[in-house]
Order: sequence, then structure tokens, then C-alpha cells
Amino acid sequence: MNPVRRSLFKLTGSVIAIAAAGAAGMLRPMQAWAAPWNKAGFDSKAIADVLKTLGATAATESRDIVITAPDIAENSALVPVEVTSRIPNTQSVSVIAEKNPFPLVATIELFNGSEPYAYVRIKMGQTSNVWAVVKADGKFYTAKKEVKITVGGCG
Amino acid sequence: MAEPMKIRALLKGDVVDIRVLIAHPMETGQRKDAAGVIVPLHFIQNVVVTHNGKTVYEGQWSQAVSRNPVFAVRLRGAKIGDKIGVTWVDNKGDQRTDETVVAPAS
Repeated sequence: MNPVRRSLFKLTGSVIAIAAAGAAGMLRPMQAWAAPWNKAGFDSKAIADVLKTLGATAATESRDIVITAPDIAENSALVPVEVTSRIPNTQSVSVIAEKNPFPLVATIELFNGSEPYAYVRIKMGQTSNVWAVVKADGKFYTAKKEVKITVGGCG
Repeated sequence: MAEPMKIRALLKGDVVDIRVLIAHPMETGQRKDAAGVIVPLHFIQNVVVTHNGKTVYEGQWSQAVSRNPVFAVRLRGAKIGDKIGVTWVDNKGDQRTDETVVAPAS
């Protein structure tokens, strides 16, 4: 094995991964495993930039997304967030904590019989809206819910 | 070596309720230890759940997912005895895969 060639391969691979993540996530191939982690999205500090990396700038608000989260979080390091989408052909669910230092918390893609449902426990720095961004049939929809934080959790 | 995950997959009606608990520190890179030194970023980035080898859930996570992450998936079309696999990979390249089978809800 040629070590130089090996490292070249690795380098090319990571460059491609970053480029793909930057390309609004829309050009991503629908492959099963080894999805590139959306670095640009997770590094974004503003919600508008997060939406851009998801390709969701044109997202419309929808009442068919139900976010279940506490009105007042007892423990800001452990805020349970449950998202249920009633939009047909829901493909992915992203969870965003608007005022976190890095707002994007998770993007979850669902395949092969998974219900349009996501549950995850998140950390929140301060009181803010929790957004759910749902991709269905290639279109984006959002919903938000305010969660009050009494003590910060990102310490 | 990472601790084993706890995976529960229970068939209720025609939906399998999958719940997973992963033991992981999920460090945000902002916390300081007792000596005042910043604990480096250490968190799970990718999580994949499979049903009999087919991907059903693919999660990309940030450091803002709580420590010892718990997450859930609801799956239609799975039967008792089907294999449910979960794999995670963190930002240091550590990973772990565990498996369970679908059981009836008691």
C-alpha cells in the first residue's frame, strides 16, 4: 500500500464531504450509510444560516407538525423534544434551539417504514423557541414552540 | 471501549417503539473541569438504526444533544424477532454497534 496515495484519498474524501455539506444538503445522494455530517449547518450561529444549509430557506409554517416539549424546562441540560409530523411523505426532521450558541441540534432522516416521528433530549442555553424543520416530498415546513429555561445548561 | 447501549424494541399494535440509551459524555467544548481547564468537544455525530440490515433512521447530531443520549424511533412493518441494530460514531472516531430483537409489548 502506498501511504501517500492513501492520505491523498482521505484528503479528497473529506474535501468532497465538506463541499457536499455546504451545498445546502440538497445535492446529497440518498445513500444509506456514511452520510456526510452537515458541518456548515452545525457550525452556523444564526438560524437563517442553519436553514440555508438545510436548503430550507423557503420553508412554510405548518400546523401539521406537532412539537411536544415542556413549557418550562426543569433541567436545561435535558429538555425532551418530541416531533410528530402529519405531513405525508415526511423524509427528515431537524431540531433547532434558536438561541443556542450553535442552534442546529439534530437532523434525522427516516426511511423504510419509520414513522414521521423524532424524539431526542437536548441542551438549551436559554429560553428560546425550539424549531422543527420537516422535509416532505422535497419541500420544507417549520413549526416552533417556546421553552422557558430557568438556569442555563450549556455551562 | 464504549459501554453497551440499551436498546428496547417493543411491538405495540403495528408499530414498533424503539428506544435507545447511549452512554456518552456529549461534551460541548464549553464546560470547564474542576481545574478550570476546558473539556474538549466530544460528542456523537452520526447515529444509524437498521431493521434487518435496512437503514430506517439516520441521525446527524450536534453537541447540544444531552449527555447519555436517549432517542426514539417508531417503525411500521416490523415483526417480532426482527433484528434492530444501532450504530453511533463520535467526533473522535469512536464507534459502537449493538443489536436487539423486536419483542412483544407486555
